[in-house]
Amino acid sequence: MERLESVIELQQLCKRYGGKKAATAVVALDNLSLQVPAGSLYGLLGPNGAGKTTALRILCTLLAPDSGSVRVGGVDALAEPRAVRRLLGYVAQEVAIDKILTGRELLQLQGDLYHLVPAARNRRMDELIELLGMADWIDRRCGSYSGGMRRRLDLAAGLLHSPQVLVLDEPTVGLDIESRAAIWSVLRQLRDGGTTVLLSSHYLEEVDALADHLAIIEAGKVIAEGAPAVLKAALGGDRVTLRVREFSDAEEAERVRSLLHDCAGVRQVVVNRAQGYSLNLVIEHDGVVEQLRRQLAAADLPVFALAQSRPSLDDVYLQATGRTLMDAELAVAGSRDPKAERKASM
Amino acid sequence: MTTTLPGPQPEASALAEISQETLALTRRLFVQLQRRPSTLVAGVLQPLIWLVLFGALFAKAPAGLLPGGISYGRFLGAGVIVFTAFSAALNAGLPLMFDREFGFLNRLLVAPLRSRSSIVFASVLYITTLSLVQSLAIMGTAALLGYGWPGGAGLLLVLVTLLLLVFAVTALSLGLAFALPGHIELIAVIFVANLPLLFASTALAPLSFMPAWLGWLAALNPLTFAIEPIRAAYAGQVSLTAVVLEAPYGQLSSATCLGVLALLAAGLFLLIRPLLDRKLT
Repeated sequence: MERLESVIELQQLCKRYGGKKAATAVVALDNLSLQVPAGSLYGLLGPNGAGKTTALRILCTLLAPDSGSVRVGGVDALAEPRAVRRLLGYVAQEVAIDKILTGRELLQLQGDLYHLVPAARNRRMDELIELLGMADWIDRRCGSYSGGMRRRLDLAAGLLHSPQVLVLDEPTVGLDIESRAAIWSVLRQLRDGGTTVLLSSHYLEEVDALADHLAIIEAGKVIAEGAPAVLKAALGGDRVTLRVREFSDAEEAERVRSLLHDCAGVRQVVVNRAQGYSLNLVIEHDGVVEQLRRQLAAADLPVFALAQSRPSLDDVYLQATGRTLMDAELAVAGSRDPKAERKASM
Repeated sequence: MTTTLPGPQPEASALAEISQETLALTRRLFVQLQRRPSTLVAGVLQPLIWLVLFGALFAKAPAGLLPGGISYGRFLGAGVIVFTAFSAALNAGLPLMFDREFGFLNRLLVAPLRSRSSIVFASVLYITTLSLVQSLAIMGTAALLGYGWPGGAGLLLVLVTLLLLVFAVTALSLGLAFALPGHIELIAVIFVANLPLLFASTALAPLSFMPAWLGWLAALNPLTFAIEPIRAAYAGQVSLTAVVLEAPYGQLSSATCLGVLALLAAGLFLLIRPLLDRKLT
């Protein structure tokens, strides 16, 4: 039985950065609304610059929205920020640790900032040191830590007060595979233990592997929302990538496209110029593949490669936005104002 | 559905929570100092160099320069003590600014601090302790150089005066660290404020030696309000009601000076409070 109540409710958040003049302002959030069900592992998927970090910073009371409302566990975060801070654990994108302190000292400081009783804090620290495999280096100074160690320590700090809701901003960016796997496993355990986990990511496979709910965010708006499996199933059909030769040309690709376009069971054929004029098809069932091969043979066309797959999250993304996640990343890279964002993040 | 997670803890008393936060933040500052002691070494050496060099520079000052005909070295001690504490407090915002720039401050801002004033209290505790260590080094050296010693009651007066001055200036510096865009701007403000406030005070010369306009500035300068009670203590005068400064606008006692410093500290603290909560709006 699914638990339907939302523990996080963001309603119509708007936020602009930079100049007061409309021309220079960058819209980070544009009426963004989001409901995160209690006990879920919720993924915010979107390209860099989509507004994920801004939304999370507003949720964690670091930033005030221009308009809109934020509720966590029924508490209004704008009216009662301190009550909300107790409920939340926040693991920021840029790991902020004090190089001079040891990991243990950082956790002790964190415990005092959350008013934990020393005995309980120490027990909890031992648990987390064990859980995140930090025993070998927790008493070394943070300045000597690798990226993966910093992330784990930061995650431990976010979990120290056993928050009901854990918020992570791009938790595995730039991490080695081992650290990433360790963090994924901890996030799953937390969810299984009843903690609500909200994470942002621009890695499709991360959200696909972890999230039981996701929202796709682009240009400060939620453009699709649901369970990954449901979103994929809603697309329907299978994906086929076809290459008649290793390197085809536009003319031949177009000829193949018009040949296959009218086949029964083929919903869509697109020429993908970026991949050596391969053809991307959406088909209705497995049987269609055989039919495609026969058609091609009859027209005396070779088959260099033919790959079939279920719809992926990238296909969901493509369907919702009209472009792939990678294209979206490239497009927004030029339109941000890093200076204004940095200023707001301080 | 039942939630097995621990809910928010019951509210402990505000005082207990604020002390827990403040002590934890203070501990961090002292651990940093212990592992990077260069700040302490430089902080103790610098005023001693001031004391020796300035003392030597003005050793042959005309006998009539200083009220009561005391030696310049005797006159200088109070000025160096106050200026040292003032400089340390003025720089208090720098670590906070770096915390802000590196994102560490966010760790404090997402935590349910009972009061963000804890950040100010921690810095005041740290700087006051540091200033006392520096002051003791200055006073010890001054005594060795034959410039006198304030005595027991005098020491208490030194302590109270420094605490008030450090509180006021630390609050100002932390406020600037929240308000200014980055450390470049903060360093610029510190740079512009530091030495002019020294020269426009009675640290290096008495009011009687100054042109009228500078005398007015010095008689309004908070540093002067800290220097004169300490100088009086050095002269063996610890009575709070005795006149310690003949300002152009009237006579000031130690009690008046300390009162002004206390008002300044309270005023600046209230002034910067909204800056600490700025992100919440």
